[in-house]
Amino acid sequence: MLTRVRNWLDERFGWDELTAPLRHKTVPMHKLSYWYFLGGITLFLFGIQVCTGMLLLLYYRPTANEAFESVQYIMTRVQFGWLVRSIHSWAANLMVFTAIAHMFSVLFLRAYRKPRELTWVSGMILLFLVMGFGFSGYLLPWNTLAFFATKVGTEIAGQVPLIGRHLVIFLRGGEEVTGATLTRFFGFHVALLPGITTLLLLLHVALVQKFGISVPPKVEEQWEAYPAQARAMKFFPNFALRELMAWYIALGVLGALAALSPWGLGAKADPFAPAPAGIKPEWYFLFMFQTLKLIPAKIGALDGEVLGIMVFSLAGLIWLLLPFFGGLGRGRVHRWILGLGIFAVAYMASMTVYGYVAK
Amino acid sequence: MDTWRNNRGARLALTLLAIVLIAGIARAEQPNSCIECHSALDPPQQVTNEQFARDIHAQKGLTCASCHGGDPSKSDMDAMSKAAGFRSKPARKDIPALCGKCHSDGAYMRQYNPSLRTDQFAQYQTSVHGKLLAKGDTKVAVCIDCHGMHGMRPASDTRSKVHPTHVAETCSRCHADPAYMKGYSIPTDQYAAYSASVHHDALVVRGDLSAPTCTTCHGNHGAAPPGVGTVQNVCATCHVFQAQLFEKSPHKAAFQAASLPGCVPCHSNHRIVHPTDALLGTGKQSVCTNCHTAGDAGYQVADQFLQQIDHFETSVTNSDEILNRAESDGMEVSQARLEQDQARDALTKARVTVHSFNLARMQEDILAGLKTTDKTYQEGKAALAERDYRRKGLGVSLFFIVAVLVGLRLYTKHIESGQNT
Amino acid sequence: MDNVPSSGVEPGRRRLVEVLLGGGLIASVVSFLYPVLQYIVPPAVVDLGGDEIVAAKVGELKPNSSKIFRFGSRPGLLLLTSDGEYRAMSATCTHLSCTVQYRSELHQVWCACHNGLYDLAGRNVSGPPPRPLEAFQVHVRGDEIVVSRKQEA
Repeated sequence: MLTRVRNWLDERFGWDELTAPLRHKTVPMHKLSYWYFLGGITLFLFGIQVCTGMLLLLYYRPTANEAFESVQYIMTRVQFGWLVRSIHSWAANLMVFTAIAHMFSVLFLRAYRKPRELTWVSGMILLFLVMGFGFSGYLLPWNTLAFFATKVGTEIAGQVPLIGRHLVIFLRGGEEVTGATLTRFFGFHVALLPGITTLLLLLHVALVQKFGISVPPKVEEQWEAYPAQARAMKFFPNFALRELMAWYIALGVLGALAALSPWGLGAKADPFAPAPAGIKPEWYFLFMFQTLKLIPAKIGALDGEVLGIMVFSLAGLIWLLLPFFGGLGRGRVHRWILGLGIFAVAYMASMTVYGYVAK
Repeated sequence: MDTWRNNRGARLALTLLAIVLIAGIARAEQPNSCIECHSALDPPQQVTNEQFARDIHAQKGLTCASCHGGDPSKSDMDAMSKAAGFRSKPARKDIPALCGKCHSDGAYMRQYNPSLRTDQFAQYQTSVHGKLLAKGDTKVAVCIDCHGMHGMRPASDTRSKVHPTHVAETCSRCHADPAYMKGYSIPTDQYAAYSASVHHDALVVRGDLSAPTCTTCHGNHGAAPPGVGTVQNVCATCHVFQAQLFEKSPHKAAFQAASLPGCVPCHSNHRIVHPTDALLGTGKQSVCTNCHTAGDAGYQVADQFLQQIDHFETSVTNSDEILNRAESDGMEVSQARLEQDQARDALTKARVTVHSFNLARMQEDILAGLKTTDKTYQEGKAALAERDYRRKGLGVSLFFIVAVLVGLRLYTKHIESGQNT
Repeated sequence: MDNVPSSGVEPGRRRLVEVLLGGGLIASVVSFLYPVLQYIVPPAVVDLGGDEIVAAKVGELKPNSSKIFRFGSRPGLLLLTSDGEYRAMSATCTHLSCTVQYRSELHQVWCACHNGLYDLAGRNVSGPPPRPLEAFQVHVRGDEIVVSRKQEA
């Protein structure tokens, strides 16, 4: 049956020729190959988000008056609404985590080296987009935590020199966080960001296809010296089957999280109420938030918060352009990058923990 | 200029003219010679410009002469001469009558504030203060002791000493001073007791003007303690239901027979604190056991009161707990929470109905409430059951997922062993 | 799958694997699709109860009477005055949150807990309530009486 379909497709589209690269695609096998799963899992989670997101769109209402009630409606009245919503919220967090892990694994496996510079750049932009998804989506239930987290977050954006004020007004759709902000964030979350992400994803995956899976430098050296030791696995069906297993495990984890630890809703946002004490952003912004809190108000003549934002922006820019530094002086730069990577992981992890336990 | 240097007489005349002119100008700017001098004096004769500016009588156009006589347009001691009609400082016993000269004159007061009462003096004469003053006791309060004299603000001004939020403090200046109150046969702990009360908390702390202060129950100008037979009427002006229920209860006749006032024996008069359920029953804090002893009918009823309310409160708490548990496990229970509010309403009502001292009456409210809490408890249980159903559903899908994983593993090994041969 | 071998594994074992895999795949997919299909079917209660609700039908209330309805998570009071005007307000007393009621003989809204009274516009006129009852807007749409809250920005 399947063969008949294949022949039909091949007669019209040259199916066999089109799929030939896929069938010949291999994945290098070595001790660190398990890290290769992360990209696929992130993609899978994105797919889950698109599906659950579209389902949520059937009932969600993006106005200040009805947003909260519509989410409440989904959770209590719609059949399995609680499941769809909880999976969407949990998968969002998992996706941010796997995206960050994927980025770090690429960094430590040095997969950003020539010729894969643009794969890295497109991947970094995708990471920023994912965090944008997280920030915009968080506001949509219009509950107290979301409202104030958005207020604080956009306030920080306003500290960027020169363009800060315009940035804030652009993000908020006005001076304050209002229903206009909700509409805007909704537009970002379901149209603008998905559109850009889809295009970049296509580019990213196409680039991965083109250049194949990278091998870490030490393994590369080993295999160049002893070619017999080189191991590769066919992508189809072997690696694909393993990838499918990883995806099923992710599904199981998501289902368990949704049923055992459902995502709460809290209370409807009241713009006139004072902010609850100890308001914090979501965990993936926590390390930056905590850092800004620790910076003294003034450093010399500069405003502390502005300085912090500038440092993070600079760090982001350097991170984005990491592969292009590799060209300047071989091994030493890569050791610097490795050191920087370790520092970044340690810093982000410890600051996130600190942010959680701090009052 | 030659004239100045050469003519001593001219110099003198011109200087004197200047002085007279300056004084005249100064006086023209300061029509009130009283303030001119008295603002420079020390207390108690001191009356500052600032006081005069905020004084309500001054703002209405009255002057020092309105009460003290004299002529403010004259300078120096001429202003205070008998010829000018100066009356000096009025004697304390004459002050109420002095104020009453205007304040009891309806036609006169109509010019300034037609809705202001004009019976203050008449009321004062019926008060304890008024009666003692008539007998010659000048230690008692007269108008100026509460209202102030110079720099007086109207009672509606929140800074006034007789604004409701400050009344208790004003009364306490005498009534909480044991040294001052020596010789009078009344206690001096009222202010301390009132300060511990819910009424103080509502009025002085939270600014709720519907809460009572001293004058609300005792009267302000006609201040006197309400009699034993009438205290209940005073409380009843606000606490209508409790008073109505009490009126029809067996306690009404019993208290009257024992010459006890209503309300006060259980709730106190000044130290009225937030009542708790512990006031019922037969325990340590119970007020019922002040009269009732083990074995009598009232004792049984008191015991039942507490038991029933406790039972109801427990059932409200149980429902709350199960709803909390369901909510923290992700279930949405806002409908049940709404119904819990109704249950709490019933609890509030039951605590009011207690004042009928009729067990059947209170039980009506409690039974209605119990119906609601039973319902909300069931809703909580249903929410937990739904949660368990979801977890079972999860178990089922996890089972299939694991099956697929095992299958995939085996299949992968299977084709890879095939690939290797 | 191109390279399925013909030797090396017992046929029984292979069948088991195929059944497990195929059956598990189908079952797991069904367990994903079933909730999705259920989800897509809209529930019977369409109303969100958020900022607008149909409180009653025209003709349901007689003049000088009232109805308590649920508005979001709190009770609301709908009145039809003797002059034929619909009024709606929050039914949560501003004193200690008891549910108020309409007293037709007083033409006032009354709280049974501590004898608080409000006028027909929800203003607190006597007793302990410190603030008026929140007013809602009422529109008659066809034969439905729709109560709504003030629109936020």
